[in-house]
Amino acid sequence: MSAASELHIYTTRRGLVLALFVMAMGALLARAGFLQIYERDFLQGQGDSRQQRVMSIPAHRGMIMDRNGEPLAISTPVDSVWANPQETLLAREQLSAVAKLLKINREDLYERLAQRADKQFVYLQRRVNPDIARQVMALNVPGVNLQREYRRYYPLGEVAAHVLGFTNIDDSGLEGLELAYNDWLSGEPGSKRVLRDQLDRVVEDIERLRAARPGKDLTLSIDRRIQYLAYRELKAAVLQHGARSGSIVVVDPKTGEILAMANQPAFNPNNRKTLRSSHYRNRAVTDVFEPGSTIKPFTVAAGIGAGKFKPETVINTSPGYYMVSGHTVQDEHDYGKINLSRVILKSSNVGASKIALGVTPKQLWQAYRDVGFGEITGSGFPGESAGLLSDYRRWRKIERATLSFGYGLSVTPLQLAQAYTVIANDGVLTSLSYTHNNPHVTSSRAMNATTAKTLRRMLHGVTGDEGTGRRARIEGYSVAGKTGTAHKSTVGGYDEDRYVSVFAGMAPVEQPRLVTVVMINEPSNGDHSGGKVAAPVFSRVMSGALRLLNVPPDNLPTLQANTPEPEAGAA
Amino acid sequence: MLTPDWSGGYSRRDARMSFISEVLRVDLVLFTGLLVLIACGMAVLYSAGGGENSLLVKQTVRLGVGMVIMLVMAQIPAEDLRLWSPWFYVLGVVLLLFVMFGGDTGKGAQRWLGVGGVRFQPSEMMKLVVPMTVAWFFADKHLPPGRIAVLISLLITMIPAGLVVVQPDLGTALLIMSAGVFAIFFAGISWRLIASGLFTAVACTPLLWHFMHDYQKQRVLTMLDPHSDPLGSGYHIIQSEIAIGSGGVYGKGWLNGTQSQLEFIPEQDTDFIFAVFGEEFGFLGVALLLMIYTFIVFRGLVIAIRAQDAYSRLLAGSLSLSFFVYFFVNIGMVSGLLPVVGVPLPLISRGGTSMVTLMAAFGMLMSISTHRRLLRH
Repeated sequence: MSAASELHIYTTRRGLVLALFVMAMGALLARAGFLQIYERDFLQGQGDSRQQRVMSIPAHRGMIMDRNGEPLAISTPVDSVWANPQETLLAREQLSAVAKLLKINREDLYERLAQRADKQFVYLQRRVNPDIARQVMALNVPGVNLQREYRRYYPLGEVAAHVLGFTNIDDSGLEGLELAYNDWLSGEPGSKRVLRDQLDRVVEDIERLRAARPGKDLTLSIDRRIQYLAYRELKAAVLQHGARSGSIVVVDPKTGEILAMANQPAFNPNNRKTLRSSHYRNRAVTDVFEPGSTIKPFTVAAGIGAGKFKPETVINTSPGYYMVSGHTVQDEHDYGKINLSRVILKSSNVGASKIALGVTPKQLWQAYRDVGFGEITGSGFPGESAGLLSDYRRWRKIERATLSFGYGLSVTPLQLAQAYTVIANDGVLTSLSYTHNNPHVTSSRAMNATTAKTLRRMLHGVTGDEGTGRRARIEGYSVAGKTGTAHKSTVGGYDEDRYVSVFAGMAPVEQPRLVTVVMINEPSNGDHSGGKVAAPVFSRVMSGALRLLNVPPDNLPTLQANTPEPEAGAA
Repeated sequence: MLTPDWSGGYSRRDARMSFISEVLRVDLVLFTGLLVLIACGMAVLYSAGGGENSLLVKQTVRLGVGMVIMLVMAQIPAEDLRLWSPWFYVLGVVLLLFVMFGGDTGKGAQRWLGVGGVRFQPSEMMKLVVPMTVAWFFADKHLPPGRIAVLISLLITMIPAGLVVVQPDLGTALLIMSAGVFAIFFAGISWRLIASGLFTAVACTPLLWHFMHDYQKQRVLTMLDPHSDPLGSGYHIIQSEIAIGSGGVYGKGWLNGTQSQLEFIPEQDTDFIFAVFGEEFGFLGVALLLMIYTFIVFRGLVIAIRAQDAYSRLLAGSLSLSFFVYFFVNIGMVSGLLPVVGVPLPLISRGGTSMVTLMAAFGMLMSISTHRRLLRH
């Protein structure tokens, strides 16, 4: 080959190299331009979707307080451990460390993740100790993360368990007032956009999309101190008498506010692992019983209201029983000719029956309905029962008689308390409320004011020396109330050996500040009468509650008898 | 080049230039290009390593070692290199055989040889030795070469490349092969041979496919459609494409790339460091980087053109184009243009062995550039 052609070869070769080089660089530049200019938005979106996540910010659930601002239910922040199975499953060997910390079986943990392998979120453990949560995060397992949550805590434990109810693990009300006021208490969760890294850990909050709106606080009408007193005395009585269950309700008759409500058996809302459904029923509201003699004041009210009877009207109860359409109405003893006061005082079934048969069925029904029987109290408690008051047009004569002493209708302890507030409140029926200063409370006249005052005087006699409710007396205060001892109904009749012991009453008599109903279901240790089983509970709770509320004593003689000399002299 | 000035003596500038060129044997143009590239590399590496200084310190040490090697290589005249080339070749092949029968295993491939506590890859050395040997072979032949000579030179190239393929390290084997082929190309083989060679290569593709490992086949398939297996083999490439693309025209700024700072990019301080660069510096940064690389390659080609003997010319041309292939393959791979091959981004990726090889190659280029004897003619 000649030198010229040789040179030619190298020149073209140089050109070829240059051309190829330019093409290659052009390809790289074009590729970069394609990615960075043409596909930029798409790829940036892809990147964001990998790096960013929208997380919800849990809302703080409102606090529940008693009427004095004392906390009854509070939410405390806790951490829940969750995982993204798609990522965590890749780090299988690290799972045993996680399982160990969370005290769950390694196989179970793996199983749980594997079952949700197509999901991106699964809780490993809810509400863990913050210390453990920190240790889990320190393991740096891919996809394992924490979520802030709130745990509900009830400082009073089982004392106010039934009234408050509880929330489920997602902080939503399930029972009681937590359920009734769920919308008010629960806020609205917010959301935020966060930056996450390759291991799915949150690195940085980018922006808050929506702020969490915390729930509102709720101030109840409950008085923590009285609630505790009621709980303590009820529990003691239920234990002492071997009763199946019991309820107590304390109401302020002027405002209709419920100051205390307790039941037995109860439960600890802070630890519901062993919870049985029979324990979390708020029996004072959901369970009905036949009120027995505690209904007699309203029978008397029907008689007076109809104009057929006056307080001093004398009724012949001899010979201690009374035949009505072939059935016998029985008294404990033959009380002879007695006025209405003594009918109440001695709790005469014969007397009550004669009053009931002395008015029209409608008048009797109306008297009962006016004080709230057969209707829900409107307190708004979930699962509240209306009791049973049947249609008077179908009442037979014997039914009218038995109704007069509390058989054939059923009420809840709360309804009975409400009915007694009518007597305490000079005949005005006030709707009941669980919240303090409730603007929706309505009141209406249900009974003549004079009749109510008369009934109070009659009921005051019940706690006198001759009455059935002597044990309901309170030192320093006059008490008006009524005992009730009802046989429990069974299929086809009444059980001779099973009773409901009730006491419903108020104090002080002239201007009652509190109305309390105590109901002990099936006491089994001998005593079963309302006077012996329920009245002492009433006395102890009321005596403490009246003092806590600084109610001035109106019955100084009883106080003097038991106080030291100097004070006695001063009084 | 020393030229007298008006005063009859040498100016200070010329004296300094002659010191750099005649004593240090440094080609200042090439050296400037390298320094700019290294500075860029350090900045990206700092970001890719999550702002850790220890990484930079280590890289600086490696660079220092590389610089020393470069200076040492620059002192050796091309003539000496030419004489040593066949012996290096024999040594290299022997070492590769050693690796085959008793090398250390790293990341599933036998590539390493431990000598007195120092591990190194003979395959890395062959990237330089193969073009040297091909150049040596053609140096005293009449060019353009005949068919027999081409066949022998191909054999010189294929023996070490084949030994590296079975390690298996397809990436390095391809680089070795390309270095040898470039030397043969510059020797001036006829277009007919080039055409038939290309034809054979294309024809052999199915055969190559047959002999490829499963993971290599997977990489090719992944390049064609990375989204076919986004969590598996396509993961690397999807993440790096997202990083590059989300850089946009101007980039997210140094240390501000979310894909890289959140460690979504795998191997982001080694093979995939270009993704970090692309995300943080954008299209303009990429264009600038390509310009720096182009500058270095062109300087190498200029050195080749100015070289005075066939050996120097072939070696310089081959080394320059090899350098081009390194960054082309790496950037092509990271941006999804080529299948994933383990090739680092030259002078930017973290890593020691490739740095030493590169700096030795630049030392050779500088030697070729500064040992010209223009004035003696």
